[in-house]
Amino acid sequence: MTTRKEKIVLPLIAVLLGFVLGSLIVAFTGRSPLAMYAAIVKGFSGIDILNGQPLNSRYIGEFIIQAMPIILTGLSFAFASRTGLFSIGAEGQLMIGSLSATTVALLVRAPTVIHLPLVLLAAILGGALWGAIPGFLKARYNVHEVVVTIMMNYIALHFNNFVILHIFGSVDRVKTAPFPTTALLKSPFLESITRNSRLNWGFIPVILALLIFAFIINKTTFGYSLRAVGYNKEAARYAGMKVNRNIIASMAIAGAFAGLAGAVITVGTFNFGRVIQSAEGYGFDGIAVALVGGNEAFGILLAGMLFGGLKAAQPLMQSQGIPREIAGIIQASIVLFVAMKFGIKMVLDKFERKQAPTTEGDRV
Amino acid sequence: MSYIVEMLHITKDFPGIRANDDITLQIEEKSIHALLGENGAGKSTLMSILFGLYQPDSGSIRVRGKEVKISDPNVATSLGIGMVHQHFKLVHNFTVTENIILGMEPHKGPVIDIRSAEKKVEEISKLYGLAVDPRAKIEDISVSMQQRVEILKMLFRDAEILIFDEPTAVLTPQEIHELMQIMRRLVEEGKTILLITHKLKEIKEVADVCTVLRRGKLVGTVSVADTDEERMAEMMVGRQVSFHVEKGPAKPGEELLRIENLNVKNVKGLLGVKNLSLSVRAGEVLGLCGIDGNGQTELVQAITGLTKIESGKIFLRNINIANLPIKERTDLGLGHIPEDRQKHGLVLDFTLGENFVIHNYYEKPFANYGILNKKAILENAERLIREFDVRSGQGAMTPARAMSGGNQQKAIVAREIDRSPDVFIVVQPTRGLDVGAIEYIHKRIIAERDRGKAILLVSLELDEIMDVSDRIAVIYNGEIVGIVDAAATTENELGLMMSGALRKTHAAPQAVHV
Ligand SMILES: Nc1ncnc2c1ncn2[C@@H]1O[C@H](COP(=O)(O)OP(=O)(O)OP(=O)(O)O)[C@@H](O)[C@H]1O
Ligand SMILES: [Mg+2]
Repeated sequence: MTTRKEKIVLPLIAVLLGFVLGSLIVAFTGRSPLAMYAAIVKGFSGIDILNGQPLNSRYIGEFIIQAMPIILTGLSFAFASRTGLFSIGAEGQLMIGSLSATTVALLVRAPTVIHLPLVLLAAILGGALWGAIPGFLKARYNVHEVVVTIMMNYIALHFNNFVILHIFGSVDRVKTAPFPTTALLKSPFLESITRNSRLNWGFIPVILALLIFAFIINKTTFGYSLRAVGYNKEAARYAGMKVNRNIIASMAIAGAFAGLAGAVITVGTFNFGRVIQSAEGYGFDGIAVALVGGNEAFGILLAGMLFGGLKAAQPLMQSQGIPREIAGIIQASIVLFVAMKFGIKMVLDKFERKQAPTTEGDRV
Repeated sequence: MSYIVEMLHITKDFPGIRANDDITLQIEEKSIHALLGENGAGKSTLMSILFGLYQPDSGSIRVRGKEVKISDPNVATSLGIGMVHQHFKLVHNFTVTENIILGMEPHKGPVIDIRSAEKKVEEISKLYGLAVDPRAKIEDISVSMQQRVEILKMLFRDAEILIFDEPTAVLTPQEIHELMQIMRRLVEEGKTILLITHKLKEIKEVADVCTVLRRGKLVGTVSVADTDEERMAEMMVGRQVSFHVEKGPAKPGEELLRIENLNVKNVKGLLGVKNLSLSVRAGEVLGLCGIDGNGQTELVQAITGLTKIESGKIFLRNINIANLPIKERTDLGLGHIPEDRQKHGLVLDFTLGENFVIHNYYEKPFANYGILNKKAILENAERLIREFDVRSGQGAMTPARAMSGGNQQKAIVAREIDRSPDVFIVVQPTRGLDVGAIEYIHKRIIAERDRGKAILLVSLELDEIMDVSDRIAVIYNGEIVGIVDAAATTENELGLMMSGALRKTHAAPQAVHV
């Protein structure tokens, strides 16, 4: 009933249940759930409870690296979601963002203060354009955004690979030449304080994106009209809002967040443009992050860190003899439990009710 | 006689409000028991508790003398309690029978046995005179038929105690009459009925007993035969209510709204409005009456821009607005209280305060350079809440969804009247409102008239049309079949015109060239 309960307690319970389910599966396959938790704790912090290793900042850096892009794709999904759209186009928008970043990184020569912002801007614009197309098709021809965004993801994948292989050229057929350092988010300083992790300045645009998301949605008239369209399109139309324009704008901004994720990966984690074999799952991870984070900036930040940590823990699990897929299963079941929130809520309500008469009984 | 249902000392809290405060309600078997109270008095809440949708914070319920705990609607169903909600809960692309058996499909082996279900539905329908076609799709049948499907749904589940939450708010006078007959028939067959309504006439007509609530508290239970409408209204509002609108004569000025040869298609793709011409002057209320479905909705949506027109002109002052976007019409001075409050009128997931600024959220003082000014929005909300007595748990911060039906309606009316548009399209403004609120809203509409606004009042309620309007236009089959003086006409004359039996041909307003 209360929004507080729905927004905070339910996701927490879902997370808990997800871990319980994960542990059960691990136990069922005859391995120790303790080892799994040890791997997860280590993935977040480097602390090894089994072998008594202390905090290791390298692990923290690596887990943040994992969290950054999925926070952005989470924001992307959530933003479209707030306008009532179900966009699964973050994956493709991310690829286009990545390709745009690659282009500017390779072709422009300028000092860092100009080059790097241009790279990020290109990625944002590329993603926004890729998002605006399904937005336009939805607004103009009422083509469902799910269908279009899926197709756009494929187009993005092959377009990216085509450009990298045939226009920029690649000696090893997997990547472009390295970018000049002026285009990079990389930071020797951050690397040094995290024992040579790949941590980079990418977290600054991520934090800015989180703030901008919250600001647009909650504080601006634009956000007001987006939410109105998302909650009740007919009422928005009655009130004279430009529903179609909002749909296009919302999809473009969603694309911008995903495009930025592409840059954070390409000029942060890596320093070259990449040929992508198949979708890397950032888009779907983003949906999971947004759902668990309740489409709110703060929730997305937490959920993104959680799932980023789980991702970072995967190789560690494997080294403990636990299938790395378990991390995926935990993530998937958390999402599942969040989706089942009405069921969980009902159980909770029953619980509360069961307790109510007893306290009353006590009073009598 | 014994009580079939007893709700004893029921208390229920919602955030910021005690919706039910120590309410005791005892229902006699085979009676029609009315529940009366102002908007937000807690009627729907109390009935939702009986149906297992909410749990009381304290108090107990007895059904047929046995104490029960109704933890969810399934328990209610097994106790023989059924409910027809204010807003129906039907699957639109399912047939009547499919909707009725939903959740308890009869099986023949692994397949659903739709035939026998259809037969049973038909039998029940015949027994109570419901005349529902079991094979019709919900989307193809009228609102009153949908309501009967809801009734059938209860009867199919062998409900003995039937709760109706404002069943007549969505019906035409004729349909109301039929529903009353159905209710009597149900009681004859041994059912017990709990009826929420704001219409005292209906209570007088069918109910045996009436319980009155005010602000969550029990005022009293009276025998309907011994209590007149004035007394019931007074019990409910706590003061005397005037049922008639006090107003002076209209002083019509220039034509503010003029419709010329308008044609509009309806959802079925046929002409719902045919070559219609009409005009409303400054300082008058033109009532539009007709049986539901005769083109009122299409006409209103064409004027307000929710629907595209086929041909014709709509002049606001001297500007043809027929093809302008909604926003521009609004800016030119058009206002609209929409027919469907949940579809068009409100964003249910917005707070009350957010809903109040839906037209002008981007203007000063509510926004500055594209940034919302929450303080101004809040102050605006508090002013409207005070002025129109909109009741809810958390004031401006209440989610619209958590407001009572009547208070949702009041919120929309408050927002639109407050804008004081020059041409005001007012559709069913008092649907679901209590008598006190109706009195106030009518007063405000008249006040707008006296400020020189042109008002087109569309309502299915003849009383409202006759009370508030200065002139009355009757629409039949998409055409205006006559315009009469409100003071000079009778219910009978209007009735004849509405059914198409009488035409009062009038000189078609001459197209003034501009
Ligand atoms: N789900 C809810 N959450 C929070 N508050 C609620 C909820 N349902 C009702 N309320 C509050 O409880 C009070 C009583 O509401 P209820 O719907 O029972 O009124 P009502 O008598 O049916 O009024 P109406 O005639 O307008 O339908 C209202 O003030 C309403 O704001
Ligand atoms: Mg109600």
